[in-house]
Amino acid sequence: MLELQNVSYQVNDDSDDKEILKNINLKINEHLVVITGPNGGGKSTLAKVIAGIIKPVSGKIILDGEDITGLSITDRAKKGISFAFQQPVRFKGLTVIDMVRLAAGKDITIAQACEYLSEVGLCAKDYINRELNASLSGGEIKRIEIAMVLARGAKFSIFDEPEAGIDLWSFQNLIQVFEKMYKTINGQVLVISHQERILNIADKIIVLADGNVIDEGSRKEVMPKLMKNNIACPTLLDKMKQEEK
Amino acid sequence: MDTLNAVERNILEQVADIHKIPEGAYNIRSNGVLSGRNTTANIDIVTKEDKPGIDIIIKPGTKNESVHIPVVLSMSGLKDMVYNDFYIGEDADVTIVAGCGIHNCGVDTSEHDGIHTFYIKKNARVKYIEKHYGEGDGMGKRILNPTTIINIEDGGYLEMDTVQIKGVDSTVRDTKAYLKEGATLVIHEKIMTHGTQTAETNFEVDLDGKGSSANVVSRSVARENSKQVFNSKINGNNECNGHTECDAIIMEDASVSAIPQLTANNIDAALIHEAAIGKIAGEQIIKLMTLGLTEAEAEEQIINGFLK
Repeated sequence: MLELQNVSYQVNDDSDDKEILKNINLKINEHLVVITGPNGGGKSTLAKVIAGIIKPVSGKIILDGEDITGLSITDRAKKGISFAFQQPVRFKGLTVIDMVRLAAGKDITIAQACEYLSEVGLCAKDYINRELNASLSGGEIKRIEIAMVLARGAKFSIFDEPEAGIDLWSFQNLIQVFEKMYKTINGQVLVISHQERILNIADKIIVLADGNVIDEGSRKEVMPKLMKNNIACPTLLDKMKQEEK
Repeated sequence: MDTLNAVERNILEQVADIHKIPEGAYNIRSNGVLSGRNTTANIDIVTKEDKPGIDIIIKPGTKNESVHIPVVLSMSGLKDMVYNDFYIGEDADVTIVAGCGIHNCGVDTSEHDGIHTFYIKKNARVKYIEKHYGEGDGMGKRILNPTTIINIEDGGYLEMDTVQIKGVDSTVRDTKAYLKEGATLVIHEKIMTHGTQTAETNFEVDLDGKGSSANVVSRSVARENSKQVFNSKINGNNECNGHTECDAIIMEDASVSAIPQLTANNIDAALIHEAAIGKIAGEQIIKLMTLGLTEAEAEEQIINGFLK
């Protein structure tokens, strides 16, 4: 289980401190959890705080009872946290097979690597020896990023907007990947997404807006409210808050 | 080969991947003298009589054969210079593995200057692999200055992989190529410098023939206080295609200069240059750290991949 206790994060913007995350308290114990909410609400920041990429200004992060707040990115990865970036990083020289092996943490065979690539809809033989450089399209590199998380097999996998940059045809495949992960992996999956079809397979939905958790609960509890209110619009967000009060 | 000691054998392994007597033709030069040679029915190696060096003569039509011509220097203070000429017959398709390694545990400078000249006849294909390497804990400098002159006739092809990863204090690497009709030249250079090492590369390619093409790509990593200069000049003298690219990672207090130069002397010459110098991107290191690597391990992976 992952627990966030009073987690806050702020940046200095034009000499003003701007709070991105405001005293977040969350318990993530379900199998597949989706964080959603309007752009700029703090979703990606929260994911990076969990992975250790940025440090909170206050609060604690607890993984399976252990305080990991002070741990580095590397140590958190070794504890079982993996992270798929919204905008995957490109590397000159490192090939797809290199990266999948690094993700797996061992010298897996080409056949094993191909299985992970096939799961995200890539014809593996076409990609295995390609460099992860600018010659790959945004959608291709995104799917390779997801394959790397599959290869890692971590107990807590974070996907930051996996649907971003993926075409509609591939999106169906992506849904299947998450459905399969839901059935096969033992760990937990945290997905940041705006997509209704991803929300529809979540065990729990967390709604984050303006640095606050404004709603959380099961899919059945949260989805009707999301569908009723356009939370991407701040005015409606205020209305939603008022309705809840 | 049997006369080499353990140090020399290690150098040989580094520069030519030779663990035992290589198959095919070879010529091993150790501390300025011949240490071993083998010729085949199709590949002859002849010692020059007017100056130090050898002629490598490959018969027309020779296919799938290789020549190894490594040089080993383990004697501190030795300055060695050789002139090696390669005559590649028409329609041949061969691999040539050269390279030089210096082990210097003394106080005097050890230097090897190799001047290699290629005469590639019509429609012949050559894969040329050249590695340079230095080691030894002495104060003496390790200097390697390779010069490569390439003449490719109609339809000929040369692919040159040149690598210097470790231990060379100073190098000036000159390559000059002349391409006739339909000839192709592909060069991949990989260099890493450390400490106060210096590396200067000078490529100049004349695309003289119609339909000739050249692709000159350099990837380098400059670490600590080392300095690198990359000069690459392509002259398009006919309907041709030329591309030169320098991609460098700079670390600590190192310095890299990239100076590509294109000259089109024909309206149908299509020439491109690219140059990029920068430090390792922070996001690359972070990505690899999310896979469980430490920052130092991530940096090494990125460099190793870049120079692979």
